[in-house]
Amino acid sequence: MKTLRKSDLVCLRNGEVVDLIHSRRQKADIVIRGEKIDSIGTINESEFRGEIIDISNCIIVAGLVDMHVHLREPGREDEETVESGCAAAMAGGFTGVAAMPNTDPPCDNQEIVNFLFDRARSQLVDVYPVAAITKERAGKEITEMGELAKAGVVAFSDDGASVADSGVMRRALEYASMYETVIIDHSEELALAAGGHMNEGVMSTRLGVAGIPTTAEDVMVARNIGLLRFSGGFLHIAHISSDKSVEMVRRAKDEHLSISCEVTPHHLMFSDEDLIQYDTNLKMNPPLRPPAIIERLKAGLADGTIDVIASDHAPHSIEEKDVEFDAAPFGITGLETMVGVIITEIVNSGILSLEEALYKMSIAPRKLLRLDVPEIKEGKRANLSVIEPSKTWTVDAGRQKSLSRNTPYDGMELTGGIRAVINRGKLWQAL
Amino acid sequence: MGLQSRHLLGLEGVSKDDIHLILDNAVSFKEILKRPIPKVPTLRGKTVLNLFYEASTRTRISFELAEKRLSADTVNFSKTGSSVAKGETLKDTIRNIEAMNIDMVVVRHAAAGVPLFLTKCVDAAIINAGDGMHEHPTQALLDMMTLREKYGKLGGLKVAILGDVAHSRVARSNIFGLLTMGAEVMVCGPKTLMPYGIDEMGVEVSYSVDAALEWADVINILRIQLERQGKGLFPSIREYHTEFGVTKKRLEKMDKVITIMHPGPINRGVELDSDIADSENSVILKQVTNGVAVRMAVLYLLSGNEGGEESS
Repeated sequence: MKTLRKSDLVCLRNGEVVDLIHSRRQKADIVIRGEKIDSIGTINESEFRGEIIDISNCIIVAGLVDMHVHLREPGREDEETVESGCAAAMAGGFTGVAAMPNTDPPCDNQEIVNFLFDRARSQLVDVYPVAAITKERAGKEITEMGELAKAGVVAFSDDGASVADSGVMRRALEYASMYETVIIDHSEELALAAGGHMNEGVMSTRLGVAGIPTTAEDVMVARNIGLLRFSGGFLHIAHISSDKSVEMVRRAKDEHLSISCEVTPHHLMFSDEDLIQYDTNLKMNPPLRPPAIIERLKAGLADGTIDVIASDHAPHSIEEKDVEFDAAPFGITGLETMVGVIITEIVNSGILSLEEALYKMSIAPRKLLRLDVPEIKEGKRANLSVIEPSKTWTVDAGRQKSLSRNTPYDGMELTGGIRAVINRGKLWQAL
Repeated sequence: MGLQSRHLLGLEGVSKDDIHLILDNAVSFKEILKRPIPKVPTLRGKTVLNLFYEASTRTRISFELAEKRLSADTVNFSKTGSSVAKGETLKDTIRNIEAMNIDMVVVRHAAAGVPLFLTKCVDAAIINAGDGMHEHPTQALLDMMTLREKYGKLGGLKVAILGDVAHSRVARSNIFGLLTMGAEVMVCGPKTLMPYGIDEMGVEVSYSVDAALEWADVINILRIQLERQGKGLFPSIREYHTEFGVTKKRLEKMDKVITIMHPGPINRGVELDSDIADSENSVILKQVTNGVAVRMAVLYLLSGNEGGEESS
């Protein structure tokens, strides 16, 4: 990562600027001066007095945002820190990440919010704290949402668990709506899901593993939509994994409720059938679902029901994952593989265009979180991701920037690589 | 000729030929068990670890006896509860023990997939003695041996498995093994104790014990874990007995003989009446005897000692 001084000039040469909002493409050289875009056009190489980075075969888009990331700091700095998580984000092509609050202590007060901002101060990546919906994520009393919103949190979530008490959830939706802030719910009815380790279905029956039924998600999504219909507010369903839940969100959108949802790359790439070897790097919550459901998730992406693609980057130590299946924690890392997985699995198979897919990782999450959408125009701040869609590469967990290695993609060949990211007057490029 | 795999992790995917091979060897070993000195030097010099993370009486004794009859050196490691809670991981435990030169490991664990996990940690041959709700292959093999002994074949036999199928590794291994051998399988029990999608595994499903008895040549009655009631999976032991218990009255209504099996230990008067358990149609104690022979066969076939002196 390199810091650009006000007088420093960098030219991204021979790339193609892609406007994700209007789906417009323009071959151009982009010159960046310090924090800002200086010019977009064609440079004369012999006269240019600055660094030239050749980005042939690459596209330049508004900086990508991963709106579902666990940075683990404070509390589990052995698994990830703000710094290492930002490094992983850069390597994955992101200039912003929303940090989930299930840290230890949890992000349920301004002090932790300020701590996170302080930790991220010198980073290229913008860290957007998500605060807890309830104090200590205990599901009882809502947090000081007004002050937290003013302190800069972008959303509220008790991610890792649902707000089980419907009364509390209702008040949270109502209260947060005064600040135009979205509630992100990890929709899971624990009475149905507790004790489970994988999707409940034919595979869990074959493997003899306790199941988590899709209905555990559906019941909670249905409840949340019911609350939203009554009391208003802004609701975002995290890591949607059930076809029935996608259908409920589709209908709620038809009713013009303020609802959105995200899907993770792994719920599109892997199915419960891949658990045949009891690989703990395929253990996550919500669990991997059967292939027929994955097809419905892809349909939900294609028709726009699913607004956002987010990684649910969940680092865990090797010690925690290298155990019997039942004892392993849920979650995998995902920042450094998301773009590659989505281009490989979703774009190259024709489910979404490249622009549509990147929109769901850039513009869509920014709009949901009420963030400014970076414009690629002269004089604007440079917040850019440079992606090489046709680049083929092999995932090497040992060389990732994340402090954790719990990725099921290790050794897998992906198409779609990251060339560089630029934000806050800093430049990172792949070697 | 040996088995296709160097481990016995389960019966799913094990071929008909391999099952026959194990059962044929078990028959030979059973002859040895009847001798005045029921011991052979087949596994002399081999060390077998019995790694039991879950309480077990008969399976552990049966394995231990099988090992001793084959002249193996045996070591026992028993630990209840989660390995994680005790500080040392399963992987560390097994690697430490293997460093003492263990040839084979017989493992029982509350978590499904542990035997497979161990194959990735150590070089020793792994034998699954029960992993969570997944498989208990030697139990199904001894069940099949008992049935083959009685009927001369397994193909075409109608076997009903009754009880808590959802939580039963015995049920799963029997389903996989019996279907491979060409038998027909029905599962029967309360709907709340049936695993999701069981009907897609090639078995009939019934919620009526009378219908199951009507259909079956053989009924394999699973032990009902009394603690399941506390989890609300069925209303009471009393109702379980009246709705699903195998009673003399129920069997007397049938105009045919039904072979009674049970993997033990029996809750007498709950899933099975005493007079039925001890009746002439019960093969429950034969199952126990065959258990030692089947485990000897599995240990021998996985030991790498081919063409040994076992069945002269």
